[in-house]
Amino acid sequence: MELREDVPAGSTAAIPHDDQGAGRLHMALFAVLLVLFAIAPMFFYPVFLMKVLCFALFAAAFNLLLGYGGLLSFGHAAFFGSASYISAYTAKVWGVTPEVSVILGAITAMILGVIVGSLAIRRTGIYMTMITLALAQMVYFVALQAPFTGGEDGIQSVPRRALFGVLAISPDRTFYYFVLIVVFAAVLLIYRIVHSPFGQVLKAIRENEARAISLGYRVQRYKLAVFVMSATLAGVAGATKALVFQLASLTDVYWTMSGEVVLMTLLGGMGTVFGPLVGAGLVVTLQNYFASFGAWVTIIQGVIFVIGVLLFREGIVGIIAKWIRRPL
Amino acid sequence: MSVVSTDPEIVLSARGLTKEFRGFAAVSDVDLDVRRGTIHALIGPNGAGKTTCFNLLTKFLQPTRGTITYLGRDITGLPPAEIARLGVIRSFQISAVFPHMTALENVRIALQRRRGESMDFWRSDRVLRSLNGRALELLEDVGLTAFARTPAVEMSYGRKRALEIATTLALDPDMLLLDEPMAGMAHEDVDRIAELVKRISRNRTILMVEHNLSVVASLSDHITVLARGRVLAEGDYATVSKDPRVVEAYIGATHD
Ligand SMILES: Nc1ncnc2c1ncn2[C@@H]1O[C@H](COP(=O)(O)OP(=O)(O)OP(=O)(O)O)[C@@H](O)[C@H]1O
Ligand SMILES: [Mg+2]
Repeated sequence: MELREDVPAGSTAAIPHDDQGAGRLHMALFAVLLVLFAIAPMFFYPVFLMKVLCFALFAAAFNLLLGYGGLLSFGHAAFFGSASYISAYTAKVWGVTPEVSVILGAITAMILGVIVGSLAIRRTGIYMTMITLALAQMVYFVALQAPFTGGEDGIQSVPRRALFGVLAISPDRTFYYFVLIVVFAAVLLIYRIVHSPFGQVLKAIRENEARAISLGYRVQRYKLAVFVMSATLAGVAGATKALVFQLASLTDVYWTMSGEVVLMTLLGGMGTVFGPLVGAGLVVTLQNYFASFGAWVTIIQGVIFVIGVLLFREGIVGIIAKWIRRPL
Repeated sequence: MSVVSTDPEIVLSARGLTKEFRGFAAVSDVDLDVRRGTIHALIGPNGAGKTTCFNLLTKFLQPTRGTITYLGRDITGLPPAEIARLGVIRSFQISAVFPHMTALENVRIALQRRRGESMDFWRSDRVLRSLNGRALELLEDVGLTAFARTPAVEMSYGRKRALEIATTLALDPDMLLLDEPMAGMAHEDVDRIAELVKRISRNRTILMVEHNLSVVASLSDHITVLARGRVLAEGDYATVSKDPRVVEAYIGATHD
């Protein structure tokens, strides 16, 4: 610490990070994660791993909006859940293949994202958040009442058909690799969005919106764009999840799902690349571990959340990044 | 029907510009004509309504009444980003930088907007490196070369102001509205920025709020004095500084 304080501002030590170096570090970590997940089914239940992956993507998509867009949605269950229903329904009733289910689910979430997003971004702060919550509750109501969602039962026994109609991937151990590829591709896409010219503008808007406007940026377009991207990717997560559990249910669209993704993101570290993945892994693991406690899971989860946020406001990955002085 | 100026020498003009905050008129009935290629100073005591005027002219605030025209076109109904895209760029009284971005990235954000690919979310931000050369030139103009890689938040107040000017200039605007660009700067920085403003004014029009009267005296071609939201006096420095009403407004007492 002492050394650093001696260094005058503007010298090379004041460089927050070499963006090239950071990029290489991130790619290396992604590669390590991919390898670990590729061999993980030898040690863990594939369904558990797939759940982690789906929620990791859900949290990463949410983090794109909150951490990089600076917009807090409390209605992301609407995108996750609606995609889950569409994915389950099209797989079961229309008999489409998994990749088509996921795409249709994502498109549904995207359309919802355009509607919710364009209404929500007219307001800022807590008002925006409340609009997302209110609209998500309407989606929940539709899911509860609509004839094709199966009401309290949801859509059960969703089949996993052959990928592209040719590749049989139905067993958990095989299906796992489909999920792994979908989630990794989507997470890498998020990484690219954040580190793109568009991502730079998002950062500028988050840092100083008035200044961004005064430079001629039409900030509403950027906000809507990131909202829709986040909703769509949350949809990919939800649609995939429906195929993993072969089930779409009201839990997927319930407001607690919106809360859970906030929790995962904050716990892991919002605005970090790996935070949401860590947060999702942690929360899903805890849920599994404490599953026998029944309703107490929620309380345990709440306590952990409060402690976590009080102890490290930047989240787990945020703290580590601070220690090693590199963005993660 | 408001009178729209047709004089091509008048770049930006306002007629009857009024802004009321819950009945309190921060700006009332202001007429303003900024001539092409001039440095036009807007001065007045604290709370006179100068910043509010800037906010109205750039549409960060919606006027209660009045019209604004730019190059003969009525821009009263445009949103602020569109006014910026017409080439009217403002700065802010409180330094407006992107704090957790380096000086280089700050300037690049402005350069990037003109390139028109800012929606590209599928490309790597490495493509932005092609803007580094121009960004460094702009930083050099304001004496910030050594700080290119320093996050704005770590820079001194005066340097942030300088960075803000570099960012504004990156858009190569036809018209600049600078709200107290030299406030809080060290003496030598004031001189440097005054010189820079003079230099960039050659092919641009500048409307500037400034409290430093010696800067105003040396830089401005034309001065509008505001007090309590109204135009009190207008003219060059010699005329305005002798005006007893101006003296009164500044000192707050009449001299008989
Ligand atoms: N958003 C607002 N709501 C209510 N009153 C406001 C608002 N903005 C400005 N005012 C009031 O309008 C008046 C003019 O303020 P303004 O900031 O334009 O003054 P100024 O000439 O820029 O002063 P200074 O030299 O201190 O920067 C002040 O009395 C201020 O309190
Ligand atoms: Mg002011």
